[in-house]
Amino acid sequence: MSKSKKEIIIIDEKTFPRVINRIAHEIMEKNPDLSDLVLIGIKKGGSLLKERIKNAIKKMEGIEVLSGDIDITMYRDDIFKISPKHKIETTELLFSIDDKNVVLIDDVLFTGRTVRAGIDAIFDFGRPKRIQLAVLIDRGHRELPIQADFVGKVVPTSRKEIVEVMFKEVDGKDGVVLREKNDRKNKVES
Amino acid sequence: MTEKIKWNHKDLVSLEPLSKEELIYILETAKSFEEVLKRDVKKVPTLRGKSVLTLFYEPSTRTRTSFEMAAKILSADTINISTSASSVSKGETLLDTVKNLEAMSIDAIIIRHSFSGAAEFLSKRVKASVINGGDGRHEHPTQALLDILTIWEYKNILSGLKIAIVGDILHSRVARSNLIALKKLGNEVRFVGPATFIPETFRELGAEIYYNLEEGLYDADVVMALRIQKERMGSGFYPTEREYARCFSINKNSINFAKKDAIIMHPGPVNRGLEITSDVLDDKRCVVLDQVTKGVAVRMAVLYLLLTGGKVEN
Repeated sequence: MSKSKKEIIIIDEKTFPRVINRIAHEIMEKNPDLSDLVLIGIKKGGSLLKERIKNAIKKMEGIEVLSGDIDITMYRDDIFKISPKHKIETTELLFSIDDKNVVLIDDVLFTGRTVRAGIDAIFDFGRPKRIQLAVLIDRGHRELPIQADFVGKVVPTSRKEIVEVMFKEVDGKDGVVLREKNDRKNKVES
Repeated sequence: MTEKIKWNHKDLVSLEPLSKEELIYILETAKSFEEVLKRDVKKVPTLRGKSVLTLFYEPSTRTRTSFEMAAKILSADTINISTSASSVSKGETLLDTVKNLEAMSIDAIIIRHSFSGAAEFLSKRVKASVINGGDGRHEHPTQALLDILTIWEYKNILSGLKIAIVGDILHSRVARSNLIALKKLGNEVRFVGPATFIPETFRELGAEIYYNLEEGLYDADVVMALRIQKERMGSGFYPTEREYARCFSINKNSINFAKKDAIIMHPGPVNRGLEITSDVLDDKRCVVLDQVTKGVAVRMAVLYLLLTGGKVEN
């Protein structure tokens, strides 16, 4: 049985950095004034992606853009329903985001509920000029009117599938795969 | 990618039933909540729509305010009952009072009571989460948690430390909760004071007992002075306050018995000049006010964990 479970590679190790570079390019194209730009990653996948995008911008422009990380657990709309619960991580936004062009970054865009929570969290820190959204994978199935400004790849999925994003830093290699839900018990959709 | 834990406790009455992992989980959650306290806008929507009641049968400044702050920052609604201004003064029993309040859809009750076991009694009889805000001589779990969070911040470790708790151990619920939790985490806990304040039975709970301040403080990483609880005791525990202070007060001389970088703690309120002197309280090693700040974060973590203990699998 286990052999029949399929795993489809969506982005391979070689393509992964190229996709990130393209997202970084697009962000810079839309936000020419990098001094106004703030990258905010949603923990944890979004934070890792944010670091990569930040490094890509630094390599190309020699500028270190402002960046931070937020944990959206406190803002979830299903907080009384989920168990076992997600661990609350620390939010790190150590500067004013007032009047900044914020790019919110997450690895996978799915229902849109995480992004909604992320936007709410950002507003507790100030009033940005604009919030844009960058994601590595848009897998569809939106439950809220939310769409990304920068997308690595659009992947049509079924709700039974799981999109797993791997980063060298924590998973040993880069890549994105699509697999069936029961393949890994403890994985919840992002 | 997300670390998860199953949290199955409805109440926080004692630290006894918690595992080492659960203790660390509360502390880690509190650490994350500390960041919220540093924001300009100290408000998150996490517990929107939940009601939290503080029911205090004994006076309190820190604990009650701190719980109320914690609940409000998490967007829960808070109601405070002080027994002198309620029907308790007309003779209503504890259970009747609480059952009536619970009928108004209360989700969590923080209770302080002079009887040991009051919180446990309630927790078995009401649906709401019961948090022990201090019951007699039994336990004061959130105080121990905030003490340990403070120790963690200053010492960067949670185990292998020597912690000297000095003074009125007998009447102290803070000492008991600290002993339970600090032992679970793997620390050496010393109870230091006159024999009248330290029953031998504490050895069975894992405490080391010292009747001499110098020996008790020797090489300690943490020195925690306890308040002499005059309201709970008759006479005969010590000859005079002056003599007690001479033998057991934490002052600028006696603190030198501990490690050079030892931190000095006190759960408050302080009898200045009795269990601890003013110059030590104002010393930079004294972390009393940090303890108070950490108290809000710890109580946010406890309220969050108890009130969001969802049952539905996602």
